[in-house]
Amino acid sequence: MEITDMSNPNIYIPYQMRIEKITPEAPGVKTFRLKFIDEQDAAAFTFKAGQFGEYSIFGVGESTFCIASSPTRKGYIECTFRQVGKVTSALASAEEGDIVGFRGPYGNTFPIDEWKGKNLLFIAGGIALPPMRCVIWNCLDLRENFKDITIIYGARSVDDLVYKQELEEWKNRPDVKLVTTVDPGGETPDWKGEIGFVPYVVEKVAPSAENTIAIVCGPPVMIKFTFPVLEKLEFAPGNIYTTLENRMKCGFGKCGRCNVGELYVCKDGPVFSYEQLKLLPEEY
Amino acid sequence: MNELIKKAASLLEANEVQVVIGYGLVSTKRPQVIFVTTPADCEQLMFDSRCIQNLAVYLTKEEVKKLGKPAIIAPLPVLRSIVQLAAENQLTEADLVVLGIDPDGKSVEFGSLEAIESFLSDHKIVIEEKYLKKIEEIRNMPVSERFSYWVELLEPCFKCYACRAACPLCYCNRCTVENNQPQWIPVASHPQGNLEWHVMRAMHLAGRCTDCEACYHACPLGIPIHLLNKCLLQDLSENFGDYGPKATKPNMLSSFDPNDKESFIW
Amino acid sequence: MVVMRTENYSIKKPSIEKLFDNLAERGKTIYAPKNNGERVLFQKIKNFGEMAGDYLVTANSAKEVVFPRYEKVFSYKKTEDGILIDDPADIPFPEVVLWGSRPCDAAAFIPLTNIFEQDYTDNLYSNRRKNLLVLSFSCDTCDEFCFCTSVNGGPGNTAGSDILFTKLSTGDFLAEIITEKGKKVVEENPSLFEASPTEEKEGNLAKVETRFNQDEIQAKLHELFEDPLWAEKSRACLGCGSCVFVCPVCSCFDIQDEAHGSHGTRLRCWDSCGFSLFTLHASGHNPRPDQGARWRQRILHKFRYMPDKSKVAGCVGCGRCSRSCPAGINILDTVTAL
Repeated sequence: MEITDMSNPNIYIPYQMRIEKITPEAPGVKTFRLKFIDEQDAAAFTFKAGQFGEYSIFGVGESTFCIASSPTRKGYIECTFRQVGKVTSALASAEEGDIVGFRGPYGNTFPIDEWKGKNLLFIAGGIALPPMRCVIWNCLDLRENFKDITIIYGARSVDDLVYKQELEEWKNRPDVKLVTTVDPGGETPDWKGEIGFVPYVVEKVAPSAENTIAIVCGPPVMIKFTFPVLEKLEFAPGNIYTTLENRMKCGFGKCGRCNVGELYVCKDGPVFSYEQLKLLPEEY
Repeated sequence: MNELIKKAASLLEANEVQVVIGYGLVSTKRPQVIFVTTPADCEQLMFDSRCIQNLAVYLTKEEVKKLGKPAIIAPLPVLRSIVQLAAENQLTEADLVVLGIDPDGKSVEFGSLEAIESFLSDHKIVIEEKYLKKIEEIRNMPVSERFSYWVELLEPCFKCYACRAACPLCYCNRCTVENNQPQWIPVASHPQGNLEWHVMRAMHLAGRCTDCEACYHACPLGIPIHLLNKCLLQDLSENFGDYGPKATKPNMLSSFDPNDKESFIW
Repeated sequence: MVVMRTENYSIKKPSIEKLFDNLAERGKTIYAPKNNGERVLFQKIKNFGEMAGDYLVTANSAKEVVFPRYEKVFSYKKTEDGILIDDPADIPFPEVVLWGSRPCDAAAFIPLTNIFEQDYTDNLYSNRRKNLLVLSFSCDTCDEFCFCTSVNGGPGNTAGSDILFTKLSTGDFLAEIITEKGKKVVEENPSLFEASPTEEKEGNLAKVETRFNQDEIQAKLHELFEDPLWAEKSRACLGCGSCVFVCPVCSCFDIQDEAHGSHGTRLRCWDSCGFSLFTLHASGHNPRPDQGARWRQRILHKFRYMPDKSKVAGCVGCGRCSRSCPAGINILDTVTAL
């Protein structure tokens, strides 16, 4: 007799989301605000800062992005992506009102509860601000839980800075210190921020390591140069967090492709502490 | 073989080459491809009828090129591939030392590509009788039967791409199937995906394939995919002349001669 | 699954064929070793006569019965009102019999189940596994590529099988009933199974030489990440998927969409960690940029990561990878060199 066990949902079937709003951020970079088409899905959905999902255009394929909006804001999720390949090109051609598939939330989360009462230093580069934006807003929405908050963000050029609107908001908040930088040569004549690569700027303006958690996100090369700077500034590796990216497909630890050593970025990450990373090979 | 071992060792000794690509019986009765880098290790080199891998595939591989200038053990199929690779500008005479082995197992030294070509003209590609019979049989099938024949033949294929990996002439850094904008060939190994892959590969090799049968020997499921290549080889030779390869003559399908037959066009 | 105490029966040679016929008559889909050109492959067969005779192990593995080379994970249709999605798990999966697997083939279902049911349950796999009956046959010979005894396996191992048949010197078979599913087979074919034989199983099994100690290898692999042996042992590797696709345990996959106008499917297809594109980022960065890094991943995944996590290695010692490698690479050469 055939057995068909329906107790588990089909883990490959995505939620259907409608694109509510598209915001162009930078050349080739867009932000989508997505709403669940099914209201029951919307009501039941929860996630935590640091998690990601698989976003898809039906018939084209799936792509991995973090959830860039904060879990404190209900009713929608946001993602930001750069057009680089087949799926992101199809996403980039989508219009408000179109349907996008979303599988998630996957991955582990930033241990925000452990950071209560501490200073926070967020460091991000280029297109890696989206995963940080989620945790930044999460912390800002719970502002009273934390002491000083500093954000250092850099991109290749002024045009490449994403979330320009948000950067203005953060700049104008008295309870946040924002430092923006562009790579040498990327500045415009009226640029008032720093000029220099992110690791260099971190060394220059970072607050004291005492009672401070550092959260870093950027392309592999930026992360690799920022960690030594933070160590030099006496940040303990256990107090430095990052979120890794790797080639992902399934998002739930079965397709075998995203592992860094024995840990899967999709299941045991994407959030890792520098202490953890030191024990892993550089396979990311 | 002893002659070759001595020659290989002396080449390494004099640092004229930095690696010898050959066959060895490392741990089982199945010959493996080995890369010898010291004169003493040349003792591991061997050659007999069990050595069916086409070593020329390693001449375009980055991890091997990094080792330096190679000497390569070259039985007939390897010799043909070397000439074809030279014809396609993938290597020059000065890039390697060829340690040839003739069909009787005797070692032959080649000082130049010309010398190899002249040797090969005495050992032309011959499609075996059993394959010629099969090709004739296929030609006589009506189109729909022929289509079903190929689909059924390729059904067990699971697209491991061992055929592509083992073929010395599949050296593209990014194969057509590895492009997804657009996805020319579907990834899945359903009948359509299989057919498209093998037909595309055969077409990309038409006029270049030297009938070394490495693709067939590489296939873990023993599918006679080389039959498709042989059909094209036969078609081409009937319409455009000899079976390949010539270092100085351009590929059959990428060149035009006013004397080419046109009877099949109209 | 409740662990049952193994029950032993004897079954005569003609009754084995009768058992096959009974299963076929009941409409079950049967996968068994079949001659295909020069190889023996697991394929669907309808008659006992189609089965291959003398063979050691098939060229392909049996994993297709639970993990097909491509599988529809859902299909969709774009309509004016939105997108309709069809779940393949809504349609009952057929009952499948795997006949003629070797102990190594059957043992592979354990790491496969670990992968597909850990944390998130892949119910496409689960349903196929639940509907699968595994009737294995012990090995009375082996060749130099076999090494099941080095990875906690053996020529008469019962792990993963519902019934294990062992040919005895009399020509009859010992039938070990391992699971409830196996017991049901006996209940449905009572006339075929007789009293337990007196002959010992051991004497009828191949002697498979132990080539390495799995625990030692697992420990050693914690240290050798930067070792030059990875580049050396993989120099001949051509980066195809042969070893991965014939392996009974390998289960890495790709997810691909195929669109046909307004409808289409999302598929899960086999993939190989040996392919150069496997870990390639869209930015062009590749964490495993050369074949040495990819070969290291294969060995580490099978012999360290998987047993570290779930006590079971990702290798059953069937030797298919070494037999099928176009370049002749033998996995034992690497593992024993550690």
